[in-house]
Amino acid sequence: MRVNLTVNGRPQQADDVWEGESLLYVLRERLGLPGSKNACEQGECGSCTVLLDGVPVCSCLVAAGQAEGREVVTVEGLADHAGRRAGGTGARTGEGAGLAPIQQAFIDAGAVQCGFCTPGLLVAADEMLERNPDPTDEDIREALSGNLCRCTGYEKIMDAVRLAAARQSEGGRA
Amino acid sequence: MDFLRPAGWEEALAAKAEHPTAVPIAGGTDVMVEINFGHRRPEYLLDLTRIPELHEWETGEDGVRLGASVPYTKIMENLRAELPGLALASHTVASPQIRNRGGVGGNLGTASPAGDAHPALLAAGAEVEAESVRGSRLIPIDAFYTGVKRNALQPDELIRAVHVRKADGPQQFSKVGTRNAMVIAVCAFGLALHPDTRTVRTGIGSAAPTPIRARAAEEFLNAALEEGGSWDSGKAVTPSVAQRFAELCSAACAPIDDVRGTADYRRHAVGVMARRTLTWTWESYRDTSKGAS
Amino acid sequence: MTSPELSTAFEQGGTPTGIPAKTTQDSRTRGGIGESTLRPDGTLKVTGEFAYSSDMWHEDMLWGQTLRSTVAHAEILSIDVSEALATPGVHAVMTYDDLPTGVRHYGLEIRDTPVLAHGKVRHHGEPVALVAADHPEIARRAAARIRVEYKELPIVTDEASATAPDAVLVHENRTDHYCAHVPHPNVLHRQPVIRGNAEQAARKADFVVRGEYRFGMQDQAFLGPESGLAVPEEDGGVHLHIATQWLHSDLRQMAPVLGLPPEKVRMTLAGVGGAFGGREDLSMQIHACLLALRTGRPVKIVYNRFESFFGHVHRHPAKLSYEHGATRDGRLTHVRARIVLDGGAYASASPAVVGNAASLGVGPYEVDHVDVEALALYTNNPPCGAMRGFGAVQACFAYEAQMDRLADAVGMDRVEFRRLNAMSQGSVMPTGQRVDSPAPVAELLRRVKEMPMPPERQWESSEGVDLRQLPGGLSNTTHGEGVVRGVGYAVGIKNVGFSEGFDDYSTAKVRMEVVAREPVVTVHTAMAEVGQGGVTVQAQIARTELGVTRVAIHPADTRVGSAGSTSASRQTYVTGGAVKHACELVRERVLEIGRRRFGSRHPGWATAGLLLEGGKVVTDGGEVLADLVDVVRDEVVEVEEEWRHRPTEPFDPRTGQGNGHVQYSFAAHRAVVEVDTELGLVKVIELACAQDVGRALNPLSVTGQIQGGTTQGLGIAVMEEIVVDPRTAKVRNPSFTDYLIPTILDTPTIPVDVLELADDHAPYGLRGVGEAPTLSSTPAVLAAIRDATGLELNRTPVRPEHLTGTA
Repeated sequence: MRVNLTVNGRPQQADDVWEGESLLYVLRERLGLPGSKNACEQGECGSCTVLLDGVPVCSCLVAAGQAEGREVVTVEGLADHAGRRAGGTGARTGEGAGLAPIQQAFIDAGAVQCGFCTPGLLVAADEMLERNPDPTDEDIREALSGNLCRCTGYEKIMDAVRLAAARQSEGGRA
Repeated sequence: MDFLRPAGWEEALAAKAEHPTAVPIAGGTDVMVEINFGHRRPEYLLDLTRIPELHEWETGEDGVRLGASVPYTKIMENLRAELPGLALASHTVASPQIRNRGGVGGNLGTASPAGDAHPALLAAGAEVEAESVRGSRLIPIDAFYTGVKRNALQPDELIRAVHVRKADGPQQFSKVGTRNAMVIAVCAFGLALHPDTRTVRTGIGSAAPTPIRARAAEEFLNAALEEGGSWDSGKAVTPSVAQRFAELCSAACAPIDDVRGTADYRRHAVGVMARRTLTWTWESYRDTSKGAS
Repeated sequence: MTSPELSTAFEQGGTPTGIPAKTTQDSRTRGGIGESTLRPDGTLKVTGEFAYSSDMWHEDMLWGQTLRSTVAHAEILSIDVSEALATPGVHAVMTYDDLPTGVRHYGLEIRDTPVLAHGKVRHHGEPVALVAADHPEIARRAAARIRVEYKELPIVTDEASATAPDAVLVHENRTDHYCAHVPHPNVLHRQPVIRGNAEQAARKADFVVRGEYRFGMQDQAFLGPESGLAVPEEDGGVHLHIATQWLHSDLRQMAPVLGLPPEKVRMTLAGVGGAFGGREDLSMQIHACLLALRTGRPVKIVYNRFESFFGHVHRHPAKLSYEHGATRDGRLTHVRARIVLDGGAYASASPAVVGNAASLGVGPYEVDHVDVEALALYTNNPPCGAMRGFGAVQACFAYEAQMDRLADAVGMDRVEFRRLNAMSQGSVMPTGQRVDSPAPVAELLRRVKEMPMPPERQWESSEGVDLRQLPGGLSNTTHGEGVVRGVGYAVGIKNVGFSEGFDDYSTAKVRMEVVAREPVVTVHTAMAEVGQGGVTVQAQIARTELGVTRVAIHPADTRVGSAGSTSASRQTYVTGGAVKHACELVRERVLEIGRRRFGSRHPGWATAGLLLEGGKVVTDGGEVLADLVDVVRDEVVEVEEEWRHRPTEPFDPRTGQGNGHVQYSFAAHRAVVEVDTELGLVKVIELACAQDVGRALNPLSVTGQIQGGTTQGLGIAVMEEIVVDPRTAKVRNPSFTDYLIPTILDTPTIPVDVLELADDHAPYGLRGVGEAPTLSSTPAVLAAIRDATGLELNRTPVRPEHLTGTA
């Protein structure tokens, strides 16, 4: 079947889609957007997290046909998405140009090791910061409890989200 | 495989009538796992995500008509007052991503004994609104679960909504898993006090082939509360009553040993949860009734 | 689409913003060693552009699928592939009979693993046949249409069944070099370590404690599934883009099976989504290449999570029996131990795991009288091999439980008892090896003990209870009822690098040239970056040694010599050492050029100790002699060299004596837990760690390694276990639904205290970091749970039923 959807602000079309395919498969294998990751394909790791009509979901559990006509944001479009939210056209300037604050914070805090969980965590964390700009540690843990990481022990992920929240609120005051 | 994409409820019912083997898919949190792993290759997938009314709820005088696809996140956020037990249970479902997508209709359709919504629905008292081209009917929750992953739906029926009585007293829900988040229930327990009828109702998950109520325990507690005039006096439930209630809840279980836990543990844990949730709900009832008087 | 050619080339990372960079004396060039420079691949990884092995794509590519055995032990009576072959969209189906050469087995050390099952399967999930098709679903369906007729055989699953006189043999007619000294053909390897006279010493003990311990089968559970893309090449060879821990080891095992000379098997490292030992063995490497060569088309194979549980070896489950003795004043008299590791159906890394368990089985303590025996079994259980901690983990769980019990028997504080018996520099290991670098075991224990305690009842506030901080979390099982706090301590010892006489080396190719009026260094090694940050450290070393800012890390491939495995905490040491060495040679060549060009103009050129710093040649007094740009000009200075650490020796097969290890590393933990004692649910509140790292080349990465390793230890303590049915030897929980690893709500704060006591034998004094924290984390958590519950708890993971008497 054919599936039409908007991904990262661009209309996309996928042809010859098998009806049992997931949105994750369509993104990765048909639309050239492999940033969303295929770690478990059973909704137990969060590495395939995307925004579907603005809501974080596991794209491995969305049937391709269910995405017809929907808006999807993946990690590849996260910087633009965050930039639009901040009212700018792109994102920060300088060394981190083209990155969302949460992306830069993950790099700076050492929250990336193998990086396989990173795209899903970034989408989930960014969405949480949008809803809850000043999260407590337990808020962060709850919001990210659907994203497994095997490398970091999560400490530096906590650091990164705190850092992004702090920078965001500084940016807001400035 | 065919992907059926009805744009409205009537169209969905017609499709299900035409293809009774069609597998309804909404949140996808059960169906897609089975497809991804090749465990299931349905001839037809019936997508229900385009039917607006399934994602809506109506709060009436006595109850809530909860659309089958209202995501757990919305239940947690919006129905905490009306459906406190279900809201608590919703908060324990898998992960935030899953709670954004899954709804009660999926839990009911799959009818796994481990579904998190079941104990809360059993305790609150609910009816499942099933519909087909032949018409609509309300199935009492007590009659809905018919076997391991089997329910009372006819092949041509779809779940339109769940009717849940608005809480007239405190409700609680507890679930044991071997992880502090994103975990399938080893066992779960729901308890609702119904001061209006001076009854209690329970729900037990993952400790029998189907979700069940602990009827003997309910009857014992109803009698004990009645006998002591506790509904009026609001006096504390004695430890021996709580203990007996817990034992009867444990005794209601018919669990198995599996990779998630032993049968003995499940019986034990259901008892502990029964005792604790009784304490929490009853304390809460006493606080509110004191506040009212 | 992701082109394999674009896989993982990247440049420098820069320094973090907002985090102060530490500068040290020998890193006057920005971004050198000792600084927390950022990952060079960080930007690619946060934007989704980093190409992991499962992201590989090629025009015309087919999808490969493996058919695996549904039973653990059986004769294969027949395989009928006709229906699968006839499936539209299927391009090839292969079984054992289709293998191209007579070499049809592979293995890390012992070539006992069939590429595809031949006549027999020995464990659940063994590969039997392969399919290549246009779409993964077509491949899956076709694989399901292959008819395999099995005749089931009896199984052996533990020591009793495997070594019974009439036991069915997992491998008949063994010819490997261990078979001569094992007591039974189902014992793969056995290593005693005997020092002093434990039997005599036991008579002098005032207190003796004995314990039996069981350690569950842990999975590496790396998130990036086994995957890769094999592209057939015009010369008849094949190019494999692969996630692995050791390219050259893969190549050595693959080429003979493919019937190709090694130079026709080209390997490029694709992005690796974690490893932890699970990628030391081959998984789909040969299979993808076979299908690509058969079909003439690129073939991609990506395991799903279910298959991943069968696609790699696991951590050995173990049964451990220990006897410890002490005198009244708290001195250890002796240790006797027997460690039985279940190696499963194939050898993998089991022999080396046995060597570690035996030689490190007593822990970081001074004991003069030791009698340890470690062995690995062949059984019909899933094959086990390398996982972070490698044999030392299982032993640490048991000996630390013993140390607590013995301290209690003697009547001493548990930490003080350990400190009294702690080894130190100069101590002699049970293998007779003298420890010739710092071993600050007592100091690490002191440090974790003195860290401030997390406040009590953090979950309680004026607003009520925060479920997220309680055992059970959001599942709402307790509002404080039944919750008891416990505290536990543990310390461990792990070897760094490959041991027992293995020729452990790495190769680095380093090039300096001038690009756009700037000196640029390129570092090329075959080191597998699996997330540990080796690429960051390589660039730091090059900056420090060669005084340049711009360093490019070339993608790892087999066009450069072997780097050895990314395991045994060895890459910073060994490949770092190789990069340092190659940089030193480049520096000498650059200085030679400089002397040739400018030597007559300044007497400084004739002095010793010239350095490259900040893009310049400087004297050791700091005087600038020339810009590197003017020295190097249009020359390309390139060196490729191997580098080895000090050699080690094999252990004596009867006594275990020998200088078997090159370096030891130590970590200590304090665990604070809260246990819902009625429901048996555990919340780890804090896991504090102190570790000696010799020298932190990248402090940010060092803490990241320690926290990550600590968390994997937490997982095996309270939740992680592959459950194998003892009646069928089948895996019961091959999914992330039922094999649970810690979420962020299960993981506590992990304060880390890093000690830097240099090992003078190692580059920059560094000590391998990655594994030690995985050892002591588990026993510390178990000790804390024992403290909270008063239960004995002799197995790990500890599950709710073990804490509630309902197992």
